[in-house]
Formats: sequence, structure tokens, C-alpha cells
Amino acid sequence: MSIDRSFIGREFPAVSLLVTRSRLRNFAKATGQDQPVYIDVDTAKQAGYRDLPVPPTFFFGIELEAPDPFALVAELGVDLRTVLHGEQKFDYRQMAYAGDELTATSRIADIYEKKGGLLEFVVRKTTVTNQDGAVVAVMGSSTVVQNRPGKEN
Amino acid sequence: MTTFAPEVGAELPPLRIDPISRTTLALFAGASGDHNPIHIDLDVARSAGLDDVFAHGMLSMAYLGRLLTNVVPQQKLRSFQVRFAAITPVHGQPTCTGTVTAIDEVNGERQATLDLKVSLPDGTVALLGSAVIALD
Repeated sequence: MSIDRSFIGREFPAVSLLVTRSRLRNFAKATGQDQPVYIDVDTAKQAGYRDLPVPPTFFFGIELEAPDPFALVAELGVDLRTVLHGEQKFDYRQMAYAGDELTATSRIADIYEKKGGLLEFVVRKTTVTNQDGAVVAVMGSSTVVQNRPGKEN
Repeated sequence: MTTFAPEVGAELPPLRIDPISRTTLALFAGASGDHNPIHIDLDVARSAGLDDVFAHGMLSMAYLGRLLTNVVPQQKLRSFQVRFAAITPVHGQPTCTGTVTAIDEVNGERQATLDLKVSLPDGTVALLGSAVIALD
């Protein structure tokens, strides 16, 4: 099968996440992060931070707060089970902290194929802003769709 | 936080991760917001023809993030990117490594570029990436 290239340029509704200390502590626990600056508010403040810092890769999850974060995959006609994360990039503009309301806005920047269509790549560009409208990070994400040989669609 | 000697060829202290448990995958699904069942539900993994669940790529990228923030405060991080080269199975045991490959001055700021890697005990390279950090 082949993903409809007319999805290139598609923009998504903005998704916001109010970042809580609790969520960041859970993220620290899940990733084995034991540096006190990511867990303890006083330590974070002593380090010059406003509150617990949002760690470098956490921003990826903002858009997953959407009511159905995998709706796009279905809309593209893709089985979620055939999807892998191909590449991920973050450009950082400023720090974000617990208490911030972060908003992700994204669009499909490109769709292309390799290996004669066995692999298709969906490239998404996302800008993350905070409650003041300042850009915190810009993300690029590539999703790989593994098509089976000979599959008709 | 250890002192980071910014010279080309310098290696970051490796970060060795304990085998990734199913509990870790469940906790990461909740904390990261990635609830894709392929990582947490054996039934779904088997329906996709897999023997078992596998770890979120972003979990390993988060480990690489720890490798970086173990040596520099996070506000020094300018960019961070990876390619997910192979899946990490549940119970996989990633090791994160990083090497300084260049030091440049960009817009008046001294920056180090690092090559990053997550590898598994059998030699599989799961993630390859790079990061740019400010030195001043």
C-alpha cells in the first residue's frame, strides 16, 4: 500500500499539556533518573530553576495528550502494529518547568518511501511553546511504516 | 554532576541500564504518554507476529538524555537527535555512550558536538545519534 501524499502539509490541532511535578517525577522514575534536581523542588530551585525542569525528551509526549493520539495512523490507512519510530530530533530554545502549560503544534512535513515502497516514512515537524507564547523546542519526528511484500491495498 | 572535559575524543562516563522490566515499560507508557499497546500488551505484540513486547524507542532516548545531563546542566543542551536503528526487547540491557567529535564556535558560543550510541550486550546498536551542547 502507499500512503496518500496529499497528507503532506497537513496541520494538526494544537495540543496542550499542563506539566505537573507529579508527572515529571513519574517520568524520572520510569527513566531511572535519580538526580535530585529532577525530583526535588528545593534542589531544582537551588540550581537556579523555577521548578522541576522538564527533561530533554519529555516534549515528545505533549501531542500524545490528544484524545486519540494514534488517529492519524488510522487516517493514513496504516496498522499501528506495523509502525516504528525512525528518527527523533529536538532543537532547544529555552527551558520548561513544572507548572508550565506547553502547547505542541505540528504538521506533516514529508512522506517518502524506501526499498521500493516496503518502508514508508512520515516526517512530522512540531513546535512547542509555553504559556507566554515563547518557543521552548522544535521537534522533528520520523515514523516508519513497514509494508509487507505483495500486500494488496 | 561530574566535570566534563570538553576536548575532541573525550568520552562521557557510560550509562549502564539495568535490564528493562515490564514494570518499567508500563511506567514509561504512563509517564511519557505513549500508550501504544505494542510496548505493554503481550497479546497485541503477538498479534503483530512478535514473540514479545519491546521497549519504547523514546525510553532509550531518555536514557541518552540522562547520559548528557549527567555531565552538563540541561540548559546547555542545544540540540539532540537520534535514529532508532534496532528495537530493544523487554529485558534488554542498554548501555549509553557518547564521544566528543567536534568543538566549534557558533554565533559567539563555544559548542561541542557529541556522537551518541545505545548498544545492547550482544553488540546490537539500538540508537545512533548526536547532540550539541554549549560549553561556556
